Amino acid sequence: MSDRTRIECRNLTKVYRDVHGERVVAFRDISLQISCGEFVTVIGPSGCGKTSLLFMLAGFESKTSGQMLVDGQNVAGPGADRAVVFQEFALFPWLSLRRNVEYGPRERGVPREEMRVAVDAMLRTVGLESAAERYPHELSAGMRQRAALARVLVNNPKILLMDEPFAALDAQTRLSLQRELSRLSQEMNLTVMFITHSVEEAVLLGDRVLVMTARPGQIMADVPIRFARPRDPTSREFNGRRREIEELLRQASTLSADSPERAFARHSE
Amino acid sequence: MLASRTVRGLAVPALLVALWQLAATMGWTPSSSIPSPATVVEGWYEWIAGPVTPLAWYSGTWLNYSLLSLRRVAAGFAIASAAGASFGLMLGWYAVVNDLFENLVNFLRAIPTTAWVPFVVFFFGIHETAAITLIAFGAFFPIATTIAAGARQTPRTLVRAARMLGTPSSKIIWRVVLPSTLPSVFAGLRIGLGLSWVLVIVAEMLAVQGGLGYALWSAYQVNRLDLIVAAIISVGMFGLMSDWLLVRLAGRSLRWQRGLVGQ
Repeated sequence: MSDRTRIECRNLTKVYRDVHGERVVAFRDISLQISCGEFVTVIGPSGCGKTSLLFMLAGFESKTSGQMLVDGQNVAGPGADRAVVFQEFALFPWLSLRRNVEYGPRERGVPREEMRVAVDAMLRTVGLESAAERYPHELSAGMRQRAALARVLVNNPKILLMDEPFAALDAQTRLSLQRELSRLSQEMNLTVMFITHSVEEAVLLGDRVLVMTARPGQIMADVPIRFARPRDPTSREFNGRRREIEELLRQASTLSADSPERAFARHSE
Repeated sequence: MLASRTVRGLAVPALLVALWQLAATMGWTPSSSIPSPATVVEGWYEWIAGPVTPLAWYSGTWLNYSLLSLRRVAAGFAIASAAGASFGLMLGWYAVVNDLFENLVNFLRAIPTTAWVPFVVFFFGIHETAAITLIAFGAFFPIATTIAAGARQTPRTLVRAARMLGTPSSKIIWRVVLPSTLPSVFAGLRIGLGLSWVLVIVAEMLAVQGGLGYALWSAYQVNRLDLIVAAIISVGMFGLMSDWLLVRLAGRSLRWQRGLVGQ
């Protein structure tokens, strides 16, 4: 891990209009630095704008004000250097698993033979070589998310943006994918921003855990996690840190820059 | 298993034919209003294999008439499919195209295609072009609007995934919108094909020379109910066959999607 800054946000603000035409501040004045090779998990109450922040870095959404830099460059639109893994997998259902993984290399015009070697290697890495000719609907949820991971990693991205990627998986599958992700992100020196609803997952995977407040979202705490990997979620120190973050999250859910009545009105809808 | 399903599938049609024959033989219906299946088969056989003479308009003309109708449907439906699919995709995907054409399309779609018959015949005369134009024009709208509705449903995450993997936004319509709309494309084509058969019969009955619709109307004018029934069954068979072909084609292209078209 080097100390070079990979992602930098300065006073980033996102305002959008909801279906009734009302201005909604998704988040306000977020400043944040993520170094190369760092694994940052983001946790916060629903509607704190964490997904908006992630999709903004991905280039899917535009910012309202502030700066957002990747390797010192302004983010302009989506790109294969910033890989995104979605909660709902987002595999192309009309393509076999192999063709899904080949999608990126084909779009970038990678020579056929080079592509075949890279795709084969990647399918082996995620343990899907025997399922390569199947279609997404024929795979389990865990296999689909593995495939989604393979589909982006084959492009050698610098940054991995993950939006609650394991939320739809059963506990057993989630555990094995968490381990694999932890290993792969270290091996490939990936800079990861990982959104989750699970405090345990945040502590298990992150070098840092960012806790965000309810709308308008702000970073309330930036908690470093320095335990050695692989981490043991049953250990005393792990659970100490977990309790600490759960307490922060409880505060974050009640904390809002809006008046308490308005926050309450929105929750009761 | 398969055999027993086939038997079950044919049981009801066979029973209906049997009842029909029974009703005719027992004299439950006056023979002048409803011909028996045997009479129909007899008349139909002459229509198919009888000698071609200048005096009998129908004898030996079945194949010729069938081919005329088939050709008109094929040409009209091909034009409607190509134009309707490309236009429908753009209508559903590009907001600008939608804003420009939505009202016009909804208005034209509200006019029953048969209302265009006098206009089309006035314009093209009683020629092939009239029938083909009517089919192409009429089948275009259901194809285009069904496909447009499908294109509007393109999942946003799939578009984002493609963009993230390096697809420029100008190519999203080919890479993502078209394949994800394929089920609607085939649904639209099926509706369009059914309508094509309706329109070919209408066109041939009212204006265009030759074809199954022409035979149908001529048989009515000379009170040949057996031939009317034979023509109706012929049209039904061709409609069924062409639909079956389309479903087979859809099944091949949509292997990635389970249990969609047909069965």
